[in-house]
Amino acid sequence: MQLSSVEIEILKIIEENHKLPVESIALMAMCSEETVRKTIEKLEYEKIIMSYPTLINWSKVEGQENVIAMIDVKVTPKRGVGFDEVAERITRFPEVTSLYLMSGAYDLSITVEGKTMNQIAAFVSEKLSTIENVVSTTTHFMLKKYKHDGVSFNSGNDDKDRRMVVSP
Amino acid sequence: MKHDYKHYLSQTAKELQPSGIRKFFDLAASMEDVISLGVGEPDFVTPWSIREATILSLEQGFTAYTANAGLLELREEISIYLATRFGVHYNPNNQIIVTIGASQGIDLAFRAILNQGDEVLIVEPAFVSYAPLVAIAGGKPVAVSTSPANGFKVTAEQIEAAITERTKAILLCSPNNPTGSMLTKDELTEIAAIIQKHDLLVVSDEIYAELSYDDDFCSVAAIEGMYERTILINGFSKGFAMTGWRLGFLAAPKEFFEVMLKIHQYTTMCAPNMLQRGAIEALRNTYPEVESMRNSYRRRRNYVVQTLNQMGLDCHTPGGAFYVFPSIRSTGLSSEQFAEQLLMQEKVAVVPGHVFGESGEGYIRCSYATSMEHLQEALKRIRRFIETKGVYADSKTEKVNAR
Repeated sequence: MQLSSVEIEILKIIEENHKLPVESIALMAMCSEETVRKTIEKLEYEKIIMSYPTLINWSKVEGQENVIAMIDVKVTPKRGVGFDEVAERITRFPEVTSLYLMSGAYDLSITVEGKTMNQIAAFVSEKLSTIENVVSTTTHFMLKKYKHDGVSFNSGNDDKDRRMVVSP
Repeated sequence: MKHDYKHYLSQTAKELQPSGIRKFFDLAASMEDVISLGVGEPDFVTPWSIREATILSLEQGFTAYTANAGLLELREEISIYLATRFGVHYNPNNQIIVTIGASQGIDLAFRAILNQGDEVLIVEPAFVSYAPLVAIAGGKPVAVSTSPANGFKVTAEQIEAAITERTKAILLCSPNNPTGSMLTKDELTEIAAIIQKHDLLVVSDEIYAELSYDDDFCSVAAIEGMYERTILINGFSKGFAMTGWRLGFLAAPKEFFEVMLKIHQYTTMCAPNMLQRGAIEALRNTYPEVESMRNSYRRRRNYVVQTLNQMGLDCHTPGGAFYVFPSIRSTGLSSEQFAEQLLMQEKVAVVPGHVFGESGEGYIRCSYATSMEHLQEALKRIRRFIETKGVYADSKTEKVNAR
């Protein structure tokens, strides 16, 4: 879809900070508030803006820690629909948080989140492996998150303002 | 024995005025929870790959002196950068010196060209170091005031009016600190005619060249007939977010180069080896990051300029750097009163315009190199502050909104 330069500008601004008020976005992008509202509405409708996710470091909250696993899946593609049908099927499980078709040694890369290791083990053995056309699975449990979606989890130093308060 | 230190000190040094920013810094630094629009440097940390290249160079043991003019490898990158970005061609072997920040480059330039009493025109409002550096080199700084009506851009007439028999050079800084004004190619061409007519030299501080938003930046040296009479100063501080590295460079015809290199080798030897290696990485691989920082500044500029105008503080749209320079005349306060009262009442730090020269009186410098959250809050507080001064211009708001 071809977008105008103002529309792209609005996207870049909210990609960096979607909490900015419409007035500020309008001033930054040099357009009217009406344009900002309409553009966002349109881009949401077109599913160009997919959602406004909040990145939470649950591992810092006691009792809320999650177990995350990345699973490599080999699949027999189906005539006519390739990998899409089986992939669609897997996306429906709520414990699946991401799913990609990959080049290389395996076909699908799945991220699964659960409360316990048992929960994930149950998902793999009872749900994922039993899907027709799934040939094999390899499950890797995640030990620690350092960076996710461009955000560093631990080294917060670059965000600190270390400048002098006034300088020439 | 009683020491009379007044007798020990040099006359020139004693006569230097302390920077007006200092006083303000002390005041702001003593307070807590201040939102500062007074910072003259990027709010980004240096891109990681540059830092990583310097760390690697330390691991590899690059701790010795480099050539006086800087690593040839870096000078070659600078030469390519100046040619491809700005269309000016300098030989890395005998025309480029890597300096300790652009500031040292300006110091070298003045020391190389000034005789006792030579006059240097300084276009004001101006960065606080220029006039003292001229004085230290034995010259006499002569202010050329610009007018807000012309967006603080200097005109050929203003320059010509200030020229005397002793005028040797003019210092140009575009995009400008503190006004953000940028001279276009056409405007530079007009100025160049006067400079050539009077056989002046130009010390061109182009440190903000990467931060130009509306028009393409034009180097003075790229104007016809100016290359031979220009000492071009630039560096990594602003565009590459490397202020604390103190790394700049200068480029000039080789007759200037030779003299400046002599002074540089006696006073400084060379810029730090490991930092020069980081700078090579900066020029080779970080252009996308420079571009993304520029876009971020541009958006914040748009926000700040319009918001200030809406609240009744007249503000031209600066073409570059990361400063806006609004008039605060409507408040009836002097620059210093405005900045001080704003700091005490609302805990927002800005720099009073008069520290950048007489023509800066009636203005304040606000840096928008800070997060949008801080900018929004700071401007809210400035609006509240000027409302208490009873100058909130409703009619103006309507006018802006109607547009």
